[in-house]
Amino acid sequence: MNWLATVDPLFDHGVTFAVLVIVVIKMLVGLGLLMGSVIVMIWFERKAISDMQSRIGPQRWGPFGLLQTLADGLKLILKEDLIPSEADRTVFKLAPFLVLVPAIITFGLVPVGGEMTIAGHKVLLQVANPPMGILLLLAMSGISVYGVMLAGWSSGSKYPLLSSVRASAQMISYEAALGMTIVTVVLVTGSLSIHNIVTSQSHGIWHWNLIRLGIVPFVVFVIAITAELNRPPFDVVEAESELVGGFHTEYSSFRFAIFFLAEYMNTITMSAIIVTLFLGGPAGWAPNVAHLKWLFPIAWFLIKTVGFAFCYVWFRASLPRFRYDQLMDLGWKRLIPLSLGWMLIVAGFLVAKGWGFMMAAVVLVSYSVLTRAFSLGQSREVGADSVLPIVGGRPLPGEVLRSKTDEESD
Amino acid sequence: MARALDFFGGFKLTFQHLTRPTVTTSYPKAKRPKQPRQHGRHVLNRYEDGMEKCIGCELCAGVCPVNCIYVRGLDNPPDHPVSPGERYGYIYEINYLRCIHCDLCVEACPTQAITESKMFEFSFTNRSDAIYTKAELLVDDQGYPQRLPWEDWREGEAAMTGGWMRATSPNGDAAYEGVVQWTADLGAGLRAAEAGQSGVRDDEATGSKQLRNIFPKHFEPEDVPLQFRGLRGKLNELREKMPKRRRKPKS
Repeated sequence: MNWLATVDPLFDHGVTFAVLVIVVIKMLVGLGLLMGSVIVMIWFERKAISDMQSRIGPQRWGPFGLLQTLADGLKLILKEDLIPSEADRTVFKLAPFLVLVPAIITFGLVPVGGEMTIAGHKVLLQVANPPMGILLLLAMSGISVYGVMLAGWSSGSKYPLLSSVRASAQMISYEAALGMTIVTVVLVTGSLSIHNIVTSQSHGIWHWNLIRLGIVPFVVFVIAITAELNRPPFDVVEAESELVGGFHTEYSSFRFAIFFLAEYMNTITMSAIIVTLFLGGPAGWAPNVAHLKWLFPIAWFLIKTVGFAFCYVWFRASLPRFRYDQLMDLGWKRLIPLSLGWMLIVAGFLVAKGWGFMMAAVVLVSYSVLTRAFSLGQSREVGADSVLPIVGGRPLPGEVLRSKTDEESD
Repeated sequence: MARALDFFGGFKLTFQHLTRPTVTTSYPKAKRPKQPRQHGRHVLNRYEDGMEKCIGCELCAGVCPVNCIYVRGLDNPPDHPVSPGERYGYIYEINYLRCIHCDLCVEACPTQAITESKMFEFSFTNRSDAIYTKAELLVDDQGYPQRLPWEDWREGEAAMTGGWMRATSPNGDAAYEGVVQWTADLGAGLRAAEAGQSGVRDDEATGSKQLRNIFPKHFEPEDVPLQFRGLRGKLNELREKMPKRRRKPKS
């Protein structure tokens, strides 16, 4: 039982009944907070995006249309639940929950505020603080794609299948960049616990990972996490102009609602994760007054998270959807080398300055080699002006055409 | 570098839109004023003495591009003539599931018997209800269209149904092209020509509004009309919000 105390100060005096009650309350409050914030988030997204498009947006249900989400949910629950005849029934029913459960678990890892004292117990405002929290986070964001993939596969329909293939490919491409930016955070913190990551940033704005690591990991992380969330401009998974509705084409009723619930939960959670990893979480100025001392960090956390939630809406309003090959290009050719190089540089500087500059030089050289390789590969794809010989002896169709037209002009 | 900044131009634009007023209205609660030549539900007109204008010539049915009009003419009964001419419209039906409100029937009519009102908000729960017969289309004794219970009429719409306009000359004379001809019955009076109908433009008189006058803030700064720019724009905005005084009737 002793190792528990190192994880959470709540277990300092062993596990008593009061501690268990506090844990259960924390879980319930966390779940309620998440559900409530999903309702607000959907409303916020629809209102903000309608303002950006000079529309009014939801307005009928409740003040300012706040209850629109509840009305939509009620409507979806009351609708007929259809399962296609070609569907794999068990997996089809399981898939929405495979998306929902990781979304809920991930939120449990987010520190919403600092510490609080309830009935003599020190309580972290975080549902759970496992010692390998960041790994759990990565695992959960990896697992959530299974739901999308299985939903598409089990539908027994071609568009959902294409969508699920896209989802898994996109997941793999961006998970690598995501993982490597998280590695830089872990390197500089020296701990896998999310609580430690937050406390290491709590000594002022210059200690935030955003600035401590240079801006690059933050930018890469935001892009990669947007792709992980399947949010615009990376929503090729549910590109309605190409794939009808994507993986949830065949879903209706409550199962359909669960997908959207999970999607918006993930949006909120990932905004919170960005804030936690790079912007110091609940860190910020707080007055030294008894109750305000724990209230202010929560307010800071909320302000930062809402800021990023707004950014996601802003992305959706401003950016057109990526083409699938552009998506892969960005993931493999730009983000992965960038995050890998930056990780090496950060690791070098953590050892010694000399190592850091050496790593930077190595990374620069390899980037130039990589750029040359990409341009060569691209020119070979096009077929004309190719420096490399065609492998396999079979010329590309464009080249056959080119050689014919060249002869004619001569 | 300039291209990289262009990328953020899109973000700037969407953010600017947050500050602009909305283009849409919350429809059933707030309704936008209709344009003066809005095409709505048809009416069958009468002369001042109550005689029907329709002579059952079926020209409207012939010109209708979607075949939504069904007309059958009949010789006027000698004792109680329905129309002043030889024949009258015995059956007159319009199927509103088909009608596209193109107003070609109005142009084709030689006696101005069929015109369109501005009322377009009517809906049915039954297919057969969508077919308006003479009983619904014909104007009442005062010359005003019937307000059927499922129709949403607004103030002033019923008064202007007699007004119509020919795009071409009634007798085929090329010199008449572009000459505006409004009927003077039903209190509509002679209406001024709208923009595009003749060289003269008088929006004040016709009541038509240009898009850039309705949404001045949604245009590029150089396209915004002068009366909406800067300090003068603010003053005009305030004036719009003030309750309007009644104009003294000109003697």
